[in-house]
This record gives sequence, C-alpha cells and structure tokens, in this order.
Amino acid sequence: MSHGSALPAQRLDWLPLALIPAIALAALPFIPSLPTWVTLTVAGLAMGMMIFMMAAGLTLVFGLMDIMNFAHGVFISVGAYAGTSVLLAMKPSMQADSLAANLSAIVPAVLAAMALAGFLGWFFERVVIRPVYGDHLKQILVTMGGLIVVEQLIHVVWGPDIIPLPRPATITGSFIVGDAAIERYRVLAVLVGLAVFAAMWLILNRTRLGLLIRAGVENREMVESLGYRIRSLFVGVFIAGSALAGLGGVMWALYQESVNAQIGMQMMVVLFIVLIIGGLGSVGGCFVGALLVGLMANYTGYLAPKLALGSNILLMVLVLLWRPRGLFPVGRA
Amino acid sequence: MAEALLALAGVNTHIGQYHILQGVDFEVPRAGLTMLLGRNGAGKTTTLRTVMGLWQASAGAIRYDGAEITRRTTPERARLGIAYVPENMGIFAGLTVRENLLLAARSGPPEDRRLEWIFRLFPAMQKFWHAHAGNLSGGQKQMLAIARAIVEPRRLLLVDEPTKGLAPSIIANMIEAFRELKRTETSLLVVEQNFHFARSVGDTVAVMDCGRIVHAGRMADLAADDSLQQKLLGLSLQAHQ
Ligand SMILES: Nc1ncnc2c1ncn2[C@@H]1O[C@H](COP(=O)(O)OP(=O)(O)O)[C@@H](O)[C@H]1O
Ligand SMILES: [Mg+2]
Repeated sequence: MSHGSALPAQRLDWLPLALIPAIALAALPFIPSLPTWVTLTVAGLAMGMMIFMMAAGLTLVFGLMDIMNFAHGVFISVGAYAGTSVLLAMKPSMQADSLAANLSAIVPAVLAAMALAGFLGWFFERVVIRPVYGDHLKQILVTMGGLIVVEQLIHVVWGPDIIPLPRPATITGSFIVGDAAIERYRVLAVLVGLAVFAAMWLILNRTRLGLLIRAGVENREMVESLGYRIRSLFVGVFIAGSALAGLGGVMWALYQESVNAQIGMQMMVVLFIVLIIGGLGSVGGCFVGALLVGLMANYTGYLAPKLALGSNILLMVLVLLWRPRGLFPVGRA
Repeated sequence: MAEALLALAGVNTHIGQYHILQGVDFEVPRAGLTMLLGRNGAGKTTTLRTVMGLWQASAGAIRYDGAEITRRTTPERARLGIAYVPENMGIFAGLTVRENLLLAARSGPPEDRRLEWIFRLFPAMQKFWHAHAGNLSGGQKQMLAIARAIVEPRRLLLVDEPTKGLAPSIIANMIEAFRELKRTETSLLVVEQNFHFARSVGDTVAVMDCGRIVHAGRMADLAADDSLQQKLLGLSLQAHQ
C-alpha cells in the first residue's frame, strides 16, 4: 500500500498560547511604571484563573451535548454563598494569624461550595435540562427561567443584601517584590487555577474517562455507536462543571470580599466571551481565553475603566477574525 | 434453515415529518456478507442507522440474534455485538489512531494478536499509530473506521459505502480486507454504490428503492444477470464497472 510520507505525530498549535505574553508585553508601554504593570499582570492572571474555573464546565457541557446553559451563573452564586456561610460561621479560625487555622475554615468552605453547586447541578440537569435536550430555543427559555428561580431562592435563604466577606488573615496583604506589591490572594488564585487546569488536563489526556469526553465532544453519535451511554457521561461532566463553578464562585467572593445574588450572572457575559474566544468545547481554549480576558480586563480597567468590557468584546472580534471558530476549534464530524 | 442473525420486518422510519423507510423487510444470514444496494436516496443509510438505533423505527420489528431490539438504545445494541462504520466514517479527528482504537475496545486494551491481525489488514494503522486521525488521508481514515469497528470480535458489522471517494488501488486493498473479514465469525451488512466492489465481496444482496426492498437474492445471480442489474440499479452503478 502507498501511504505517502510520515505524518506529524502531534498538531503542535502553540500560536494561541503566545497571545498571553504578547498581550502582556503590548500593554507594557502604556502603563506608567513597571511595578504597576507587574501588579496588573498578576491581577489579570488571577482573575483569568478564576474565570477559567467558572467557565470550564460550561464549555464541556456545550461541547458534549450542544446545550447552552444560561443558568450556569447560579452555580457560581450558590458556591459563593455556601462558602461564605461556612467562612462566616468560622470567624475565629478566619481571624487567627495562623495558616493552619485559616485552612481549617477555607477547606470546609471550598468543599461546601463545590458540594452544594454540584448537587444543584445534578438536580438542574435532571429537572431543567433533560426535558429540553436538542432544542436550543427551549434551552434558552428554560435555563433563563431556572436562573430566575434560583436567584430568588438565594434571596430567600441568604437575604437580598450584599454580605461582606473579609479574607482570612494569612492571605490578606501583599508580597513586596522590588517595588511591586503582589497581593497574596492573587498568587493563591493563580496556584489554585493552575492546579485545576493541570488536573483537568491529566484527566482529559491520560484517562479513559477523558478519552470518552474528548471523543464525545467531537462526535457523540459515534461514541454511542461504540457502546457508551453519552448521557451518564454528560451528567457526570455537568455535576463536575457545576462544582468547579462553585469553587470559582467562592474564590471570586473572597476576591471581591463580598457576595450578592448577582455574582454569578455578572460573570456570564465574560464567560460566554471566553468560550467563544477559546473555541466552544475546548478546555485548553477556555484556559487561554480566560487568561487573555483577565489580563485585558485589568489593563484596560486601569487605563480606561469604562472600556473594560468593550475591550474584551474587541478581543473576541479580533480572535474570530483570525480564527472564526475560536483559538482551538473542536472538530465536529 | 437457521434463523437469520438480523431480520427487519415491516420497518418504517420517519425523519422529522418525512416518511423515509416504508416497510423494509430483509435478513442478514449468520455467515457471509450481505450487500445492500440501491440508488442515491433509496434509504440505505437510513436503514443502517435504524438498525443501529440512531433513528427509531416508527413501526415494524428488528430482530437480532433471536431477540427483538427495536426499542433498544444505540449503546445497548453496540454491546450486543453490532458495530457500525458510518458513511462519513465518524473517526475522532482530535484523537490519535491509537486512542481511536483504545476507545472502541470496551473490555480493556486490545490483545496483541488482534492488533497484529489488524495491522496486517491495514498496515497504515501501525505506521501512524500515534498520529492524529484528522491528519490521515481519506483511505486511511476509512481503514481506521473499519479497524475501530473490529478491534474486538463483533457479531455483526454494518459498513456504509466503504469505497466512497477512494482511488482504485485503495479499493483493491479494501476488497482484500473485506475478504479477510469474511473469514472471521463476523457477519457483514455493507452498503455500496460500487458494483465491482459489491460483486467481488458480496454473498447475498438486497436492493432498495424508495424506502423499500425491491429485490433480494444471491449476489452471484445478480452479477450474472445484466438486465436485472439494469432494471434494479440503472446505469449509475454500471458506470463504476
Ligand atoms: N436527516 C435527514 N433529514 C431529512 N431527510 C433525510 C435525512 N437523511 C436522509 N433523508 C432523506 O431520506 C432519503 C434516504 O436517504 P439515505 O438513507 O441517506 O439514502 P441512501 O443512503 O440510500 O443514499 C433521502 O430522500 C434523503 O433525502
Ligand atoms: Mg447513504
């Protein structure tokens, strides 16, 4: 048989990754001082990591089942509130100037946020999403409706007012590196984001479950024809994605040092921008897109605060002109 | 005579409001290769998809290996031993050749002997083991799609137009590969437009038109009867000869 010459074993597509340093360097001349630029860059990366946690589930849910869940923001909100309740209930541990004491509050808070958001995700998938598989218009209407219901429930449970949430003692304040102040919490957010990304990457690329998810995002009919129930896979991904959104929510609440019922909804526009920039269904694209959006928001937030959202929409338009299906298009057979 | 491996009785399939299959009756015996022929739009692909459960039959019954499977889900049918190679091949472009095959092997990593056999059938699979399937040529993708379907022994293999768009030299390879497949325990139901391919590998044949079976018999008889071919298949298939 003639098979032509050898094929490249991997498609190395590093170009989109280069956009991250490119944007950071492009911003440098506009920022008056280097320390300010360092601070803004770390802030942008931290924000990007939190956006990534919130968006990762959404992109997989869309990739696997073509479902646009406009209510994804409620998982963020519910996670933020659940975590906040735990943190506020453990005030002494929070205020203690010991990392161990702080962690004894943070770890249960994060677990509570992920558990409640994950549970809500399971319930939501059964009750709201499952009846509208395959019908985009109904999905939009029904998930919007679900969103309103859950927001009202949050009002009932946690009240309508903004709840202030002071950060634990040991992750308040900044490291001073040279002349630049780097907030400890932002460093923590970057580390958690990297850990989440690494874990997702390992699962997607090194396990059979990940193989199934990647295959399902490409062609779910074929995955079913090979004997796998895509629905159980989807339910699992939906719950995990909701739990991650809950984690992102509680981290975001600590970042803002407060929660309100709109916390999740306020993020949705940004999340959709990130998904479109990255390529719908691509976790790697979601990661790069989130970092780009985080950096852009912080640079323009500093230079021209009114243009922060507009700059991200501009970023999305530019990316789509370059790659119409996003940075990492997911092939659909 | 033993009961057929697959039997369709009065199968109707609707796609949306369109009534595509209008009472399909035919059987796939427990051994050999059954060709499903017919003009473009006759309903061949719809028939395979209905057998696989990707479309639900709105009436009629599908029996497989002694049990009715009409209401079974697609994964259930797959686990009963039916494998499917769709018209567009359905390979996972972002996965490597290796990953495509691993995924299809439900009961753990494929045995070395099985893999060696597959590599003998389709040497390109070994050569491009770590290549992304999306980078393969059309013929290699078709080989991967078939290799994936037989990575473990299956009872019934459904293949939709395996020679579509392939160069004549690759078609010759495909004929060899299908002859080898026929030596296994697997029964095959293959949709084709290429009559040369069909007569080279087919044992029995069914011909469809307008959502119904209009002829069923032995492939050799159809191959020997020019006027019957003309009547059933028209000139379009002869052109391939
Ligand atoms: N998804 C679909 N929606 C509407 N009509 C379809 C669809 N798929 C196939 N058809 C119609 O069903 C008929 C049979 O199609 P098909 O089974 O693909 O034929 P064949 O494989 O024999 O060429 C054709 O008239 C085709 O237009
Ligand atoms: Mg067809």
